[in-house]
Parts: sequence; C-alpha cells; structure tokens
Amino acid sequence: MTTLSRQQGLPIPKPSRKARRDWRGWAFVGPFMAVFLLVFIAPVIYAVYLSLFREQLVGGNAFVGFENYLLVLSDGKFWEAFLRVLLFLVIQVPIMLVLALAAAMAIDSARLHATGFFRIVIFLPYAVPAVVAVLMWGFIYGGNFGLAANINDFLGSEVITPFTREWILPAIGNIVTWEFVGYNMLIFYAALRTIPTELYEAAELDGAGPFRVITGIKIPALRGAIVIAAIFSIIGSFQLFNEPNILKPLAPNIITSYFTPNMYAYNLSFAGQQFNYSATVAIVMGVITAVIAYVVQLRGSRKEDR
Amino acid sequence: MTIKRSSSGIRRSAAAIVAVAAISAALVGCSADAGSSGGSGSASDLDAALEKGGTITYWSWTPSAEAQVAAFEKAYPKVDVKLVNAGTNTDEYTKLQNAIKAGSGAPDVAQIEYYAIPQFSLSESLVDLSQYGFGDLKDDYSASTWGSVTSGDKVFGLPQDSGPMSMFYNKTVFDQYGIEVPTTWDEYVAAAEKLHAADPTKYITSDTGDSGFATSMIWQAGGQPFQADGTNVTIDLADAGSKKWADNWNRLIDGGLLSDIPGWSDEWYKGLGDGTIATLITGAWMPGVLEGSVPDASGDWRVAPIPTYDGTPVSAENGGGGQAVIKQSKNPALAAAFLKWLNNDPESIKVFLEKGGFPATTADLESDEFLAQAPEYFGGQKINEVLTAAAKDVPSGWQYLPFQVYANSIFGDTVGQSYANKGNLNDGLAEWQKQLVDYGNGQGFTVNK
Repeated sequence: MTTLSRQQGLPIPKPSRKARRDWRGWAFVGPFMAVFLLVFIAPVIYAVYLSLFREQLVGGNAFVGFENYLLVLSDGKFWEAFLRVLLFLVIQVPIMLVLALAAAMAIDSARLHATGFFRIVIFLPYAVPAVVAVLMWGFIYGGNFGLAANINDFLGSEVITPFTREWILPAIGNIVTWEFVGYNMLIFYAALRTIPTELYEAAELDGAGPFRVITGIKIPALRGAIVIAAIFSIIGSFQLFNEPNILKPLAPNIITSYFTPNMYAYNLSFAGQQFNYSATVAIVMGVITAVIAYVVQLRGSRKEDR
Repeated sequence: MTIKRSSSGIRRSAAAIVAVAAISAALVGCSADAGSSGGSGSASDLDAALEKGGTITYWSWTPSAEAQVAAFEKAYPKVDVKLVNAGTNTDEYTKLQNAIKAGSGAPDVAQIEYYAIPQFSLSESLVDLSQYGFGDLKDDYSASTWGSVTSGDKVFGLPQDSGPMSMFYNKTVFDQYGIEVPTTWDEYVAAAEKLHAADPTKYITSDTGDSGFATSMIWQAGGQPFQADGTNVTIDLADAGSKKWADNWNRLIDGGLLSDIPGWSDEWYKGLGDGTIATLITGAWMPGVLEGSVPDASGDWRVAPIPTYDGTPVSAENGGGGQAVIKQSKNPALAAAFLKWLNNDPESIKVFLEKGGFPATTADLESDEFLAQAPEYFGGQKINEVLTAAAKDVPSGWQYLPFQVYANSIFGDTVGQSYANKGNLNDGLAEWQKQLVDYGNGQGFTVNK
C-alpha cells in the first residue's frame, strides 16, 4: 500500500501511467463483474425502467413517469400487506432469535451431553426445502384429518385452528421459526466459539457465575452476530412468500392474493399481467427493506462502539 | 489516492451504466412483439404440412397427451411432436403469457381451458384457424364447447373435453341417513340440513369459494354476468341469474351447511372417500378423478342430474378446454394439422376416452358404446347417460371475461370473504365486480361505460 502511494507521488508522465493501469485487473474481476451486472444490476435497472411505464392489455405501452409510485403509495392492499409483514417481523423475529440464542448458549455451555446431536437436530429443519417443510406443516395443521384435528378430538373442542384469520399469522410464524432457529443458532454458536477462553478463566477467578458470564462476556461478544442475524431475519420477513403462498390452497379466503408484499407483486404480474405496477411494488418494498436494515445496522454497530 | 480512487470509481460506474444500458436495451428488445407469423393458409396446406413433416412443440397436462402424441407420430412418422407438461392451468398460462410477451419460447400448440381462451385470443396470441377451414367442423362439437372456442367467424381452437355439470352423490351416506336424491335446490338445502343434523361431521358438499364453480352455478341459474364485444365489456354480477344463485347458496352458508375443506386438497380427497362430503356439483370429467384419487369409495358414488330451481332441466359447463395454435409458431399449418388430428380424429379421441376423458364431440357423446358404459366404481350405473343428457341442457350465450384468469385469481379476496365471514354472497359478488371493473378499465378495456 505504501509503495503504491509513493509511486503515485512520482511525476510519471501520463501515458505510461495509463499503460501501467492497464486492464489486467479487469481480467480478474471481469468474470465476477459480468455476472454481477447481468444477474444483479441489470434486473434492478430493468425493474426501474419497467416501473416508469404502463403496459395495458389493450392500448399498448406508455411512459407514465412516477405515476405507478404514487399509486403504490396510496394503495390500500400494498399497505395492508406491508403492515402484516411488519407485525410478523416485530413478533416472530425476536422469538426466533431468543430461541436461537438460548440453543446456541446451551450447546456452547459444555454442560450438555451429545451437543453434536442437538446441534444437528436443531439445524436439520433448515436443510429441509421450504416448500417441503410448508407442505408438511400444512398436513399437520389440517383441521379435519391432520394432527390439529386429532388434538382437537382429544380435547373435545376446537382449540387448534391454524387456518383462521386470527391464527394464520402465528401458524406461519411457527413454521418460519421452526425453519430458521437452527440457522441463526449456528451463527450465534460460531460467534461464541471465537470468544477467547482466557476471558472465561478470568471471569471464574473474579468469581463470576454462569449468568454473569452470559451478560458480561457472551452477549457483548455476540452483538455483531445478533445484528447480522436480525438483518437477515428482517429481510426474510419482508420477503415472506413461500410459506403463505404454499398454504394458500389450504386457506384460500384467509390468505388473500395480497397477503404479503411479495405475494402481491407476484400476483400482480403473473395473474394480472401488471408487470409495471408489480415492478414498482418490488422497488418500493426493496427501498423500505434497505432503509430499515440500514437503520438496524447503524444502531447495532453504534452500540458495539460504545 | 482518494481522488484517484474516486475518478476510477466514476469511470467504473460509467462503464457499468453503459453495460447495463446495453443489457436492458437488449431485454427491452426481447419483449417487443415478435410480429405475427401465421399469415394465410388453406385446408390443403394441412395435408401438405403433414406430408412434409417437421417438429412442433405441444404443451399439455392432460393424462392422455402422451398416448395421443405417440399415436400421432405413428400415423405421421415425419412429424416430431415434443410434448411438454408446462404445469396445470394457471401455471401453464403464466408460462405461456411470459413466452408470448418475450417473443420466443412459446409452443406451437397449447392446451387452454375455455375460460382462458378469450384472454389469449384478445391479445391476438392465437392463430385464427378458420383459414384452414376449421369453421366446417362446427357440427362435430357440442354447441356450448364450440361457442367457447370461437368468436364470430373466428376459430381459436378445437374443443377437447367438456364438463356439463351433474350431481355426484355418495349413495351409501344418503341411504344411511334416509336422504332422497334432491332434484331441486330447495330439496338440496333440505337434504343438507337433514344430513348435518343427523351427523355434524358430515356435510352435503364442501365449498370455500371457487371461481370456476361460482361462475358455472351462475350460468346454470341463467345469469350472463360477463359480456364482451371486442374491448367493450359489461360486468353485471347482480343480474337475475347471479342473484338467484347467490340467494340460494347463501342458505347453505348461513346454515353452516358447507364443509370448509378446500377443493383439491389432500383433506378433500379424504373427505370424498369417507363420506364427510356427500355430494359434488361438478363437471362430467369428475368420474376419472374419483376413480383415480378416491379409490376407497368405489361403489359408493352415483350420478344424478344437477338440481334445478324450478324443475326444468338445466345445466352448465364446468371446466373443460381445448387446444389452440399459438401465433409464435413457425409452422402454423403443421400445428393446425396436429390439432385437427388431436381433437377431431376418431383414433385420437378413442385414446382420450380410454384415459377417462369426457368428450366434446357429438358423435362420441351420442355413441351407443359410450352411453352403455357402466363403471363398477359407480355401482354399474350407466353414468354417461346422465352426463351426456346434461350436455344438452346447457344454456347458450355464456361468455367469460377477456381477463378471466385475473378475475379468478382475486375471487378469494372478494367473494371468498363472504364465505369466510359467513356473509352475504351478493356483497362479495359486488366487491368482485368493483375490482374487475377497475382492473378492466385500467387495462384499456371499456368496462360498464
């Protein structure tokens, strides 16, 4: 680095400098850049482009400027979907992260027998494809022949009714928690493993109990991992799609076509051919997600500095 | 250092923007209309195309497709038909729509249900087959199915199957609770009450709101809520027929007499097998489904005419569809020739019937062999006599919307809410209409103006 900047300080004539800054570097990043442009930047630009037009089944395509954005911002269906995933996020994400944290601590505590077994068992649901997992839960939730029905029969009343307006969100939250606790646990567990053992020895010498070790050493050391896990979970919640979309045939009237913002965008474009409006919904949702994730990251890292 | 980095940063992003602009321009180019192939042709072109041979792609999810394609290739060895199962109904339509929009990738021949044909014909995605003399085939098909694939003189496809509605009922359950087979809707509601009172776990039928069922029921009640003339569309889901059905069905919803098991779910098949669901009001293609997916109930089920409002026999079509030639086809004459063989040649239809299909061709609907069939699953009842009789009682004049696929996708959001809340179906229909009018006008149609 030092050599490099010193070289730059020298009064080298321009052409040769240009020659040194040849395109060799591009050869290395080239493949990445090409793929990055093609699969990441290009779709985003194309979506932005789409969002400025309106193509009708009758009458063709027309440039409409920001009209689609104004429509989205005043679209009751969009905001209903947004508030639904926001509510989901506020309740499901903390529950899932606390469970994951507890599992990671338990496995890391070295007081558990067969930690490897527990680690793999808790992680296993993450390895099940989401579609398969949701189908499986769909059977379990079945109110007539599923496990839910069996429990209701046993209790003699309709206690478990996942496919009702009141319970559908907790039912989906349960599936998502089941799927992702293991994944988050692994993030936390990996972070716990990086804590130097000297700290524990020092804490023991100072007479700190296990709970003091958790609050004084483990949690502060995990802060970065918690922020990362929280951001992943926030993005995941805003993008909620698989679970409600697969459960929709089982609860067609409870899970509407605009149950989550992603489902709304999907149905707009694939059932209604409103590709332009759908792109606008996706962009607005992407911006909101980015802003919220960024705020969480800022707050998280500020705490870390303190 | 800083300055240098940022200047190269600018250059880099400039390069990126240029590259992206080029890519997105290419993408935009893709979406432009590929133009219409097809052009003009005549009946003699079909034989010539078969003679010459070639390769075509056929999208279908019918169980008989594979055997039919094999038989076709045997008869015309020079033609290679690539059969692709691109998904069932809306899954296929989504892919088809995307391929049409992209300008490439669409099949030559595709299976499209009757309710979706207006959507594809309106966007001029289908070849008008009248140029190949398909108009002469009119008398080969039942009137309602022919009406579903044509618009004026234009022929957008050939009917493959049909689904005149009948009532499938579980005789074992009916006998157990001493229920007479209902012939009118009043009797049907009474039977629903009697059954559910006798055994609260049993229901006359299951319905959680199904757009295909609801529109067919409105059809049976004499409604014509959708009328389209080009881009002028009229939607009236409060017409006499719509109201008649809604008021009738409200009685079942209010009384909690409908099972809330969603159709086509795993629980639904179980419910059909164990008597939880005692009747089905559905299309004539149902026997194959029952035999295939509800084997446990063999011997329990029978078929009766659909109940009526006033005793005069009247039915409606439910489901069913045909095949069409997509304009993108590079060999429309060969595609049309294949289609004509597929849905008009006795050899092909024989294969179709063997696989449990219910035909749209009048010759087969009236053939003695077909009528005499007495499947064991239905206790030896000659069910085709009942089912074909229903085909004759279908009122003409019914139309689907030119955006029916979308309409069906928001049925649960609107009419479905009446089911979920045990509310008034008329309110749900009104909300459906409101959203459809908004959508149609937003898409450039002139709806209710």
